[in-house]
Amino acid sequence: MIRTIDIHKSFDDQQVLKGITTEFFPGKTNLIIGRSGAGKTVLLKILVGLVSPTSGDIFYGDVNFSQLNKKEMRTIRMKVGMLFQGSALFDSMTVEENIRFPLDMFTHMTWKEKAMQVDSCLERVSLGQVHKKYPSEVSGGMQKRVGIARAIVLNPEYLFCDEPNSGLDPKTAIVIDELIRDITIDKNITTVINTHDMNSVMEIGDNIVLVHEGRLAWRGDKSQVLESTDETLQQFIFASPFLQRLRASALERSQEG
Amino acid sequence: MISRQLYHFGRYIMMMGTALARPERTYMYYRETTRQMNDIGVGSLVIVILISLFIGAVTAVQFSYQLDGTLVPLYYIGYIVRDSTMIELAPTITCLVLAGKVGSNMSSEIGGMRQKEHIDAMEIMGVNTAGYLVLPKIIAALVVIPLLVAIAAFVSIVGGYLAMVLTGSLSDNDYIMGVRSFFQEYNVFMMFVKAVVFAFILTSVSCYQGYYVKGGSIELGKASTNAVVFSDILILLADYLIASVLT
Repeated sequence: MIRTIDIHKSFDDQQVLKGITTEFFPGKTNLIIGRSGAGKTVLLKILVGLVSPTSGDIFYGDVNFSQLNKKEMRTIRMKVGMLFQGSALFDSMTVEENIRFPLDMFTHMTWKEKAMQVDSCLERVSLGQVHKKYPSEVSGGMQKRVGIARAIVLNPEYLFCDEPNSGLDPKTAIVIDELIRDITIDKNITTVINTHDMNSVMEIGDNIVLVHEGRLAWRGDKSQVLESTDETLQQFIFASPFLQRLRASALERSQEG
Repeated sequence: MISRQLYHFGRYIMMMGTALARPERTYMYYRETTRQMNDIGVGSLVIVILISLFIGAVTAVQFSYQLDGTLVPLYYIGYIVRDSTMIELAPTITCLVLAGKVGSNMSSEIGGMRQKEHIDAMEIMGVNTAGYLVLPKIIAALVVIPLLVAIAAFVSIVGGYLAMVLTGSLSDNDYIMGVRSFFQEYNVFMMFVKAVVFAFILTSVSCYQGYYVKGGSIELGKASTNAVVFSDILILLADYLIASVLT
């Protein structure tokens, strides 16, 4: 489990996060949602230690991550996998080499064991026959899957995903969401996803944290989203005119019925 | 202005301190170092040979013009070409050219990795990114650039020979006698000291510029330009200091 306690972050005079206290649970897909510029990417980067908070604490289990030095932080990071918005696959390496990179760097496995682990991860994300291809030679959806395969190759306890659906068509986005949810349940890992994709919210939102103007505005799960009367949440969920019309007609029908 | 320079200097020292930490997996660093050796060495061989050939030729032609009508024997041209290329031209010009070719390449490569979140991805895996991205480049440069400089010195002498002997300005025997005259091993030592120092400057400064790049393509271009400009200035400054200390 990951806990954040009163996280504040300022860049010069601009206060981006204003006291975020929340929890992310193992075996669940924890979603950080919010409008662009709300501070969710900063929160995610603080969670993984890429950005230091101005004040506040982050606990990985019982370990206060924000109090660790760089070397100690690296031991925690060995338990962390991350899928980046642009996949962040190394251009000069093939798909296979990309996935094998953490194994080469941190394990004493033999070549055969590494190859088996890479194959198993590629199989887990439903990719085959792409071992020797370079990232530029596969589609955006495939790159995300390779990114996920690389993130899970060291069997992490924590998985972070920064807007995993960005740039993908709705169908592929659903496939990626389902893949992340299945891996989370199978491996009982704590998954934190930063998204503003409404499909993700309604499909895989086991624990949803809404960040609005740097503050925690709402927390709940997907079943509570539509029932909630929280104005900020409703404004976020029904931001598009299409959804507003859909909601109005649904309300109309229910009143008629 | 001064505080800004101090800030950069402090951050450079910190990056170098992290880069020199113990590698996570020596084999991975070794593999990256050999890749860099190939990129820096083999990749720069043609341009270094071409430039050195002309530098040697121009030096010979210029000194031939200078010595024309004087009492200085003409075979001195070989001696002057040898010493001027070894002490000054081969290490300095080669490293200035490499700062433009290799330095800007390193800066763009690391800067591009920063922008595409590759460095963040490595950090999250637990990789010491300054170590993995900077140290192999420095080691490769420290090994390969002195070799390139030695090749440059030899090719420059050949360039001088071609310019003098093929045009009939000097006989074959005179040029070779000049090249073999007044030889001091200490000059070879000075050439390698310069090559090692310049190699360190051009790689570390270029890596620094790329490692801390922020923003988009304009900033990446600026970082690449800064890598070349600062490397060149520091190489020339170091050249003066080494010359002052070692001569």
